[in-house]
Amino acid sequence: MSVKSTAAGGPPAKGRGRTSPRGHAAKPRTGEPGLVQLLTPEGERVEHADYAIDLTPEELRGLYRDMVLTRRFDAEAITLQRQGELGLWASLLGQEAAQIGSGRATRPDDYVFPTYREHGVAWTRDVDPLNLLGMFRGVNHGGWDPNENNFQLYTIVIGSQTLHATGYAMGVAKDGADAAVIAYFGDGASSQGDVAEAFTFAAVYNAPVVFFCQNNQWAISEPTEKQSRVPIYQRAAGYGFPGVRVDGNDVLAVLAVTRAALEHARSGQGPMLVEAFTYRMGAHTTTDDPTRYRRDEEREEWASKDPIARLKTYLEREGFADEDFYAGIDAESDALAKRVREGVRNMPNPGTMAIFENVYADGSALVDEERAQFAAYQASFEDAAAGSSAGTGH
Amino acid sequence: MTQTMAVAKALNESLRKALENDPKVLIMGEDVGKLGGVFRITDGLHKDFGEGRVIDTPLAESGIVGTAIGLALRGYRPVVEIQFDGFVFPAYDQIVTQLAKMHARALGKIKLPVVIRIPYGGGIGAVEHHSESPEALFAHIPGLKVVSPSNPSDAYWMLQQAIECDDPVIFFEPKRRYWDKGEVDVSALPGDLHRAVVAQQGTDITLAAYGPMVKVCLEAAAAAANEGRSLEVVDLRSLSPIDFDTIQASVERTGRLVVVHEAPVFYGAGAEIAARITERCFYHLEAPVLRVGGFHAPYPPARLEEEYLPGLDRVLDAVDRALAF
Ligand SMILES: Cc1ncc(C[n+]2csc(CCOP(=O)(O)OP(=O)(O)O)c2C)c(N)n1
Ligand SMILES: [Mg+2]
Repeated sequence: MSVKSTAAGGPPAKGRGRTSPRGHAAKPRTGEPGLVQLLTPEGERVEHADYAIDLTPEELRGLYRDMVLTRRFDAEAITLQRQGELGLWASLLGQEAAQIGSGRATRPDDYVFPTYREHGVAWTRDVDPLNLLGMFRGVNHGGWDPNENNFQLYTIVIGSQTLHATGYAMGVAKDGADAAVIAYFGDGASSQGDVAEAFTFAAVYNAPVVFFCQNNQWAISEPTEKQSRVPIYQRAAGYGFPGVRVDGNDVLAVLAVTRAALEHARSGQGPMLVEAFTYRMGAHTTTDDPTRYRRDEEREEWASKDPIARLKTYLEREGFADEDFYAGIDAESDALAKRVREGVRNMPNPGTMAIFENVYADGSALVDEERAQFAAYQASFEDAAAGSSAGTGH
Repeated sequence: MTQTMAVAKALNESLRKALENDPKVLIMGEDVGKLGGVFRITDGLHKDFGEGRVIDTPLAESGIVGTAIGLALRGYRPVVEIQFDGFVFPAYDQIVTQLAKMHARALGKIKLPVVIRIPYGGGIGAVEHHSESPEALFAHIPGLKVVSPSNPSDAYWMLQQAIECDDPVIFFEPKRRYWDKGEVDVSALPGDLHRAVVAQQGTDITLAAYGPMVKVCLEAAAAAANEGRSLEVVDLRSLSPIDFDTIQASVERTGRLVVVHEAPVFYGAGAEIAARITERCFYHLEAPVLRVGGFHAPYPPARLEEEYLPGLDRVLDAVDRALAF
């Protein structure tokens, strides 16, 4: 069970040819050792011994579009939070490649278990961006139907979802289906007992699950060194499954590695850990103040590795996109932002009695009683307004 | 030596004093270092006491509490911060099966002076898991002491006392009161950590509350006073043990009791108080003990919390019902 063997299960490495690095470099270059990279920060295509990818210009433009629209959505959400339309927002700024690359590697029948920051992955699963905003506005705790897009609800309790993903994958294997499951988690989450237990279960049951760790270098104010002495991907070895570190700001490498990892899972070879090495460019959430714990220079350093800029450089160098394309994306971004803005502002508050809804699938006499008491209590205000003052209930 | 400060600042000063007074006191938790905690309760302590005493831990609550137990066994006095109420549960196993029971298991030969600080309760417009009131889940466990201050002075002194206590103390901080200011006399000798106090004297009915709901009850008392009703407010301060004597004395004067908390009423602290007070004061009671609290439903999304949380109207409604008996 080696990483190398899994790459063979990935997409065919030859065929369309046009985007192969050999097209513009005399000698194939290789990226940083230990980090799978197919597109350098300077926008140059490089080869990797184990992971190949060959995309059409149209596919490349698609990835670019995904990332730009996701970033625009994210920026709009931050603005809406500042305007008081959202209570909170967890920005994905800087992590677009990690999320779009991995999300686009999934098939419709795969199943995704996200954290609270996977807005880009949600985009690739065709989850309406407006649906993501409900919980941040405070009108629900998630609210979308997880089974509609095989995209679970956001999980706030750190690490929990890695176990759910593992169990789901165990079920997929029992059913003899060839789908795979992908569990997202952060560098901070890698310390949680739940994550360690998920690794154990996945390994023991050879579950078809990919553990996708976005190492964005920070868990709120704590740098990754506070969580681990070894690179996170190396943890997999101790559990007996492969781990790989990919340049998380390189959408091509993330796509190639995640495809291979999902294929590894689907083909019965069990779990795999992917560490996407990236950076949280913004605050942890809109309530956080990163100036208290990290240097500006670090952020600037990472800004030079921006996932969108490097793909744009590549597209331009190769002549894969023209002015019309960029203008079209600008217009689409504006339209998306407008739709999100208006959608959020018009998002209705739930009715008070929603408190008592869906507490149980089979109902509960206790909930019924409390609901009735509370309804009577609320009605008493109307009675009082009408001249009576009888009050009942809680 | 009276100073005006907010609850958050009082807690911060209290931790500072504890670190100064006793080299064995340690602070542990997620983001308690440079950041000073998400609520800034440990602000400046990392800078002044160093990372050997103010420890940014890995993101693992079971690990935090489990290692705090080990440090306590070695003679330290860890003060652990859990970032939010809803995140204590990965540590619940360590708290319930180990922290609470080790003293008894060792026939009293070891002590576990661990304080677990938990910002709790709603009212800050947060997302899921950031607004809960799980105190009953801890008060139910023998071996744990559970307290909750309602004002800056108690925040300051009760934390001192919790840290000095040789038993594990779960210290619930009313997060929506962090910014409320009050007088703190840092030189006054405090009373017992587990005694309740009469926060407002009255004659018609007793309201018993703790933490964030004390303020609501005091406001209810003020509103009722305008209508000629005299409400007594007892600030429980401690949920395990509970100072039933103080509640009893109050109820013997007023004949009526309403218990108020944010936590769900079902199996909540109010149930225990109602049962014990009924037993102790049956012939003094003019009405059944009533409870005002949360519903048997998950804490709702932020836009519903104003309706969910017991406010002035719900408290006064219960007062009306008790007085109507
Ligand atoms: C069990 C638990 N403990 C604490 C928290 C509070 N918290 C929210 S996000 C976070 C840091 C997460 O860091 P990481 O896993 O690296 O993900 P990132 O936010 O960087 O995407 C913490 C401590 C939580 N949500 N759940
Ligand atoms: Mg992180």
